[in-house]
Amino acid sequence: MSFSSLVLLFVGSALINNFILSRFLGICAFLGVSKRLETALGMGAAVTFVMTISGAVSWAIQRYILVPFHLPFLQYVVFILVIATLVQFLEMVIRRYSPSLYEAFGIYLPLITTNCAILGVALLVAGSDYGLLETLVFSVGSAVGWTLAIVLMAGLREELEFADVPLSLQGPALSLLIAAIMSLTFMGFSGLVPAS
Amino acid sequence: MLSSILAASLSMGLLAVAFAVLLVWASRRFTVQEDPRVELLANLLPGANCGACGFSGCSGFAKAAVEGKAPADGCRAGGPGVAARVAEVLGVAAPAGVTRQVAHVFCAGTQALAKRTGEYRGLPDCRAAELVSGGGKACTYGCLGFGTCVEACPFDALTMGPEGLPVVDERKCTGCGICTQVCPRGVIQLVDAGRRTFVNCLSPLPGKLVRQVCQAGCIACNICERLCEHDAIHVLGNLATITPELCIACGQCSAKCPTHVIECRREEEAGEALPAGAGQAAS
Repeated sequence: MSFSSLVLLFVGSALINNFILSRFLGICAFLGVSKRLETALGMGAAVTFVMTISGAVSWAIQRYILVPFHLPFLQYVVFILVIATLVQFLEMVIRRYSPSLYEAFGIYLPLITTNCAILGVALLVAGSDYGLLETLVFSVGSAVGWTLAIVLMAGLREELEFADVPLSLQGPALSLLIAAIMSLTFMGFSGLVPAS
Repeated sequence: MLSSILAASLSMGLLAVAFAVLLVWASRRFTVQEDPRVELLANLLPGANCGACGFSGCSGFAKAAVEGKAPADGCRAGGPGVAARVAEVLGVAAPAGVTRQVAHVFCAGTQALAKRTGEYRGLPDCRAAELVSGGGKACTYGCLGFGTCVEACPFDALTMGPEGLPVVDERKCTGCGICTQVCPRGVIQLVDAGRRTFVNCLSPLPGKLVRQVCQAGCIACNICERLCEHDAIHVLGNLATITPELCIACGQCSAKCPTHVIECRREEEAGEALPAGAGQAAS
């Protein structure tokens, strides 16, 4: 595995196949926690942490338990177990070391458990022939892409607080429109890497 | 087939045990020492998260009270009953002299009696209407009647009456004071529960001007002041004002008031002066 292909994998997972804007996974937190830049960054950090570790752990479980014992049908159950455990773990750590971040996350930290983007990474990794290094690069890339999208969204929404929005577009309607336009923009990245 | 089931259950079981061990270790390692009194207090409080104490919800107040930043009787919605138990948990002397308060609407200008200057077609919210030339009511001191207080009440104690004035259900009212804050004209005020006489007008204008805008306003005619044998009602600044400590609720002033703006409740109608939370303590 050459270095350049790892870079391509990173760029591909972060920008071209962005989890929110082109795979449409993890939308609930994307719309729920993107009101303030600070919370969006924290959420991005939490997702990055869970996504990277759950990607690697899922990869190991797929490779060393599920495949040798012919149990690929257990993928969903096991991966959800892994993610739930990691979220619990992360919750304890954050509560211990950053109570303000813990308060800011509120319900969204436990909700990472059901964040489809994280299960998405685990399943995509399991379905691919990635090695450990590639898995890590892919997971971090996906998480960085997810964070990038939510932070951009939070920035836009903070600016919009002061905008004069027509009544019919206020609230979720405008958020969804912005998400759609961002998604269109990110489609432009697909020209970055020649189709393989 | 059987081996597959065995392998599946074994691997799942082992993984579950491994994760369980990790979580148990983490919960030991990363425990957060929280004062147990915070949770105890949070359970004592009414739980309406009305914010009348000035903290973010009941848990915010519980935290502040334990840290000594909030007084034991800070929970206005809870009243003396809750204050006493909060003081008990905190180990401080029970606060004395807290009487239960309820909201009262100081306006008698119903749709039939108050004059209107125009039709307001904006947002049905008193605060919005107040910004737009007073929402159509000629009197600039009376109730606007759009029910902002009714919507704001976290305890469902306010309803909009048929005549366009909010009605307080004193059994439900906890005296949190949210309605007094949202009312742009300050028509709703907190009074001691059990008080029986009220001058339901806030207009400080001279009688002539009050008459021009409302048939149910205080016109400062002084009849009540002359009638009162207990020196309990005085016209101050064109508005009859009752001194509740002296008033025995005989009803003389109420009966003779030319605009019927003085309300005098019979004893059985008056709100109970029971401490709030007494009912909760029993349950």
